[in-house]
Amino acid sequence: MNKHIQTLVKGSLAAAAAQGGCGACQASCQSACKTSCTVGNQVCAK
Amino acid sequence: MIWEKYPFKKNIHLFRHGGLNLVYDVNSGSLHSLDDKAGEWLAEIISFSEKHPQKAARPGVLLAATGRKLTETERSEIKREFERLEQEGALFSAEAELPPPYAENEQPLLKALCLHLAHDCNLACRYCFAGTGAFGGKRELMSLATGKKALDFALARSGGRATLEVDFFGGEPLLNRTVMRSLVAYGRAAAAATAAGKRINFSLTTNALGLDDELADWLDQEKIGLVLSIDGRPDVHDRMRPRPDGRGSYAAVLPAVLRTARRRAGASPYAVGAYYYARGTYTRYNPDFDRDVLHLADLGVERISAEPAVGGDLAPRLEDWPEISASYDRLGEAYLAYAAAGRPFNFFHFNSGLDAGPCLAKRLKGCGAGLEYAAVAPNGDIYPCHQFVGRTEWRLGNVSEEAAAPAAAIAREFAAAHINAKKTCRECWCRFICGGGCHAANLETTGDLRGVYDLGCLMQRKRFEVAAYIRAREALAATDESLTGAKFSSAQKTQES
Repeated sequence: MNKHIQTLVKGSLAAAAAQGGCGACQASCQSACKTSCTVGNQVCAK
Repeated sequence: MIWEKYPFKKNIHLFRHGGLNLVYDVNSGSLHSLDDKAGEWLAEIISFSEKHPQKAARPGVLLAATGRKLTETERSEIKREFERLEQEGALFSAEAELPPPYAENEQPLLKALCLHLAHDCNLACRYCFAGTGAFGGKRELMSLATGKKALDFALARSGGRATLEVDFFGGEPLLNRTVMRSLVAYGRAAAAATAAGKRINFSLTTNALGLDDELADWLDQEKIGLVLSIDGRPDVHDRMRPRPDGRGSYAAVLPAVLRTARRRAGASPYAVGAYYYARGTYTRYNPDFDRDVLHLADLGVERISAEPAVGGDLAPRLEDWPEISASYDRLGEAYLAYAAAGRPFNFFHFNSGLDAGPCLAKRLKGCGAGLEYAAVAPNGDIYPCHQFVGRTEWRLGNVSEEAAAPAAAIAREFAAAHINAKKTCRECWCRFICGGGCHAANLETTGDLRGVYDLGCLMQRKRFEVAAYIRAREALAATDESLTGAKFSSAQKTQES
């Protein structure tokens, strides 16, 4: 248990990068956005 | 230990929000909460490294020159925790070797189509980037024949993809509702008939004026996603979204929005399946748009998005940023307060994607405009996205052309405008959140697809900070909050966006 730093979310973006992407996810601008692209707030379709 | 030569500024983001010291590790996507001592030391490390890069690169100097206010015990404890997180790949993580998102001469597969059923509208919104519906051209509706060709084009160009997304857009697509219904039936049959047995997920972006109960039943039955345009408070909405004769549209739109919210309670906040979003546009007139979001939330709308107007005199400017920034801050606190009071709502841009977000390959590709995403005008002309429709210099082709395929030169321009190709993005901690931002906004404000829309960057960073803060508060609510800080030194402000 850390005393000074608490991990809230542990990700593995770069570590998983070698696997590439399946491309099944939705297009960024096709949902509720249409004017300001945000890629990171979408959900992985896997 | 890689600290000595670690490019902190682009790879971790330390910030203080709502009394928390948070650090986002860009390359892993991890989020940590720090107590004041660890937060202050890390801020000093970052600051020293930026101010004295050569000294910082010498073994031992960075740590020796920073954290001097800490006791030896504290230094030892914190250093050990930093090292453990580094070993776990959750902090100070290494940058991935990322190839260009599209190989040279790659013909990307289409995954989403924006179908402009109507270049006409029954409203005359003052901020409309489509010039009240006509996109700078003549007012026209898409014919069923053109719509079918567009769907055929999309299915053919989607290769081995199992699922295709098609959004009915305009102008106001419900001015062409008969064609819309026919295209859903046609598209579903055509997709199922492909060798791969594809599926099309349809959605509809509408001003909701024509959204009657009979149509709502059909939309539910067909599981069609809905984006309903409403700006929030009555005066705000009516000022920007009048009918052609000048009367406001709020009173006519609101009932349809509320009916949808009731019918689709519990819909996916990630816009999957039969979702809905009430989507507002904010302008220079309502930089306090958080009040518009809360107006809708108070009425029972649980899926809300608010986007800045793009281009023109009504679009927010850099000088508006302090007020807009404060709006996002207030909205974050309200988001938590409403949830705590048992009245939760979702704000689209506070979806952080920290837990189940997309992979790095997707984040590098960005929005996919002109490659994986395209828009089709009523006359069948294909454009990189809905924002480019009518700008003929960006026309990619027409769905009636034999073997319609995106114009190679334009497609290459979009393929080349990824975050690694833009210096500002390459060095920015937010690069995997925005994916380089909106091509249309970048082009509009800088004249260059590889340019960067400054105000858009500020918005992206702020929205993520608040989203991460909300995620942190939610996590800490279930645990011991003793690590949260009460103070933050001036040194820690060096990374504030």
